[in-house]
Amino acid sequence: MLRLEARPQPSKAMSIGSPLLALVITVLIGIALFAALGKDPGRGLQVFFIEPVKSAYALSELSIKAVPLVLIALGLAVCFRSNIWNIGAEGQFVVGALAAGWVAMQAGPGTAWLGKGIVVPILLAGMLGGMAWAALVALLRDRFNANEILVSLMLVYVADMLLAYLVYGPWKDPAGYNFPQTITFDATTKIPRLITGLRLNIGLVVALAAVGALWVFLFRTYRGFALQVGGLAPAAARYAGFSSRRALWTALLISGGLAGLAGGLEAAGPLGQLTPYVPAGYGFAAIIVAFVGRLHPVGIVFSAVLMSMFYIGGELAQSRLGLPKALTGVFQGLLLFSLLACDTLIHYRVRFGKRVAA
Amino acid sequence: MNELALLLAATLNAGTVLAIAGLGLLINERAGIVNLGAEGMMLVAAIAGFATAVHSGSDTLAFVAGMGAGALMAAAFGVLVIWLNTNQYATGLALSLFGAGFSAFVGISFTQQRIGTRPQFAVPYLADIPLVGPALFRQHPLVYGAIALALGLTWFLYRSRAGLVLRAVGESPESAHALGYPVRRIRLAAVMAGGALCGLAGAYISVIYTPLWVEGMVAGKGWIALALTTFATWRPTRVLLGAYLFGGVTMLQFHLQGEGVQIASQWLTMLPYLSTIVVLVLISRNPNWIKANMPASLGKPFFPGN
Repeated sequence: MLRLEARPQPSKAMSIGSPLLALVITVLIGIALFAALGKDPGRGLQVFFIEPVKSAYALSELSIKAVPLVLIALGLAVCFRSNIWNIGAEGQFVVGALAAGWVAMQAGPGTAWLGKGIVVPILLAGMLGGMAWAALVALLRDRFNANEILVSLMLVYVADMLLAYLVYGPWKDPAGYNFPQTITFDATTKIPRLITGLRLNIGLVVALAAVGALWVFLFRTYRGFALQVGGLAPAAARYAGFSSRRALWTALLISGGLAGLAGGLEAAGPLGQLTPYVPAGYGFAAIIVAFVGRLHPVGIVFSAVLMSMFYIGGELAQSRLGLPKALTGVFQGLLLFSLLACDTLIHYRVRFGKRVAA
Repeated sequence: MNELALLLAATLNAGTVLAIAGLGLLINERAGIVNLGAEGMMLVAAIAGFATAVHSGSDTLAFVAGMGAGALMAAAFGVLVIWLNTNQYATGLALSLFGAGFSAFVGISFTQQRIGTRPQFAVPYLADIPLVGPALFRQHPLVYGAIALALGLTWFLYRSRAGLVLRAVGESPESAHALGYPVRRIRLAAVMAGGALCGLAGAYISVIYTPLWVEGMVAGKGWIALALTTFATWRPTRVLLGAYLFGGVTMLQFHLQGEGVQIASQWLTMLPYLSTIVVLVLISRNPNWIKANMPASLGKPFFPGN
């Protein structure tokens, strides 16, 4: 008989080993799935794990996916560490893109004096948009005790509809042949690229700066410490006089702001206009990124890169192997599921044989 | 007047999906387990049911397939949450994310398929009554099944011994364990029952309600069903009434569009989601009211013997 025995202390090694073990399990299931579908598993591994990192171009494309994932997951890590379940980052991302898009649409000859500087108000608007959407969740939770899981998720659908309303209605490009899309933003609004010829842009610098800032916030500031105590031991936090309301607002505003910033970078970066396809699922994938990255800023960088490989691998599997792109979602879900199972090993040891009478 | 009858009929139909899923989630929440995977289970069940209907032509088999798919996914969730003590919220989310991806993946080859005209039902004699007949008595049998389920569940929870044990497990797993009840197995059974009913609701969507498969077609109904259990303060008949209320809101949007009301359709599509938020706010305003009704161990892990 297999049984679990509680460890005297959580295992440090397993808390890093568990995501790796989960990845191995996901890959094994993936190999079995490819074999079952009559595709060469070797080719499958290649499109998922080699192709996305094999050239400068591929790495640049990888960064386009990884940047929003890192930014959103950082915010979610703050929320989850404070035991606040914001699962509506997708909505905060969309509203961020809307706000940033609105500013970008104002750009033209009149704003030429700003030059590239226009990017700053665009990104600020994105951040504020995401914050405002998350603030709704905080307000309803704080004032009316409404469950943040359900409210934040419902607001995702509302944000999607708001986007659809705007691009089908008031913001539709009059010269766009009736397609549901806004005008293409002015060239000055384009997020500056880092290397000519590659799509890699300053979003990468912003994301890495956010990683550093969040690390300092979580592990080197009083506020960050108070948040985490509130998440781990609410009673202790109350006793220490840490305000749970302040924690709620702080976590949600940080997380909404980062998701909105990601939305702004996306709208003024790779997209260059608003369409109904702004929501690409980053807000949900970032939940997996946050957990696989151990809710740690540095871990999140690695897991975001991995998750981006899943995205690009899925696209390549579609174009080269004739498999549906939805494969990405299957592997992402499997990864989180196996991670949660493997995490048991942090707190428990697997023992064989019958329990010894105590 | 005739339009009112049709609106009422459509409301009952739309409410049935939410009622069946909500009642299923009520069962596992009464046992102390929150399953945020409802949306994912419903999606996988929707494609399982639709695929079965395409291949076998039998709606009954499609419902069975949907229930099986839901129960299977719930079982995976249950083992993780109940035996491996994983976080219920995170695990449920994983189930929802996996379900969305998996159903989209499997469903690709079914997006163009059709399952032909759906059978019409009519309760003999009653269906011929003017107004009342078209409104109430020309529905799919599952519409009445949902009502029976709510009443049956009320009886089960409050009048049967097994229901008492289930509630005891949800209120105080320690006491139930001390009395010798297999808390973990009871919880797993409740979780699987919840999954099966979510699965039935999912299959109803793709086989009867909008008989086709579209990626993501559950469109948040799983999440609304989760909100319903809170809204209903964990009472079966209130889940049913709440479901009809939301069904009505969903139908109102089509009705208003049909009437030619000059509002962009997106605002109307928002209605069910906005009303879920409004209702949650109204019901949660008084924390004591929720606390008094919520199963006491809801969302908390239980390790026997520790």
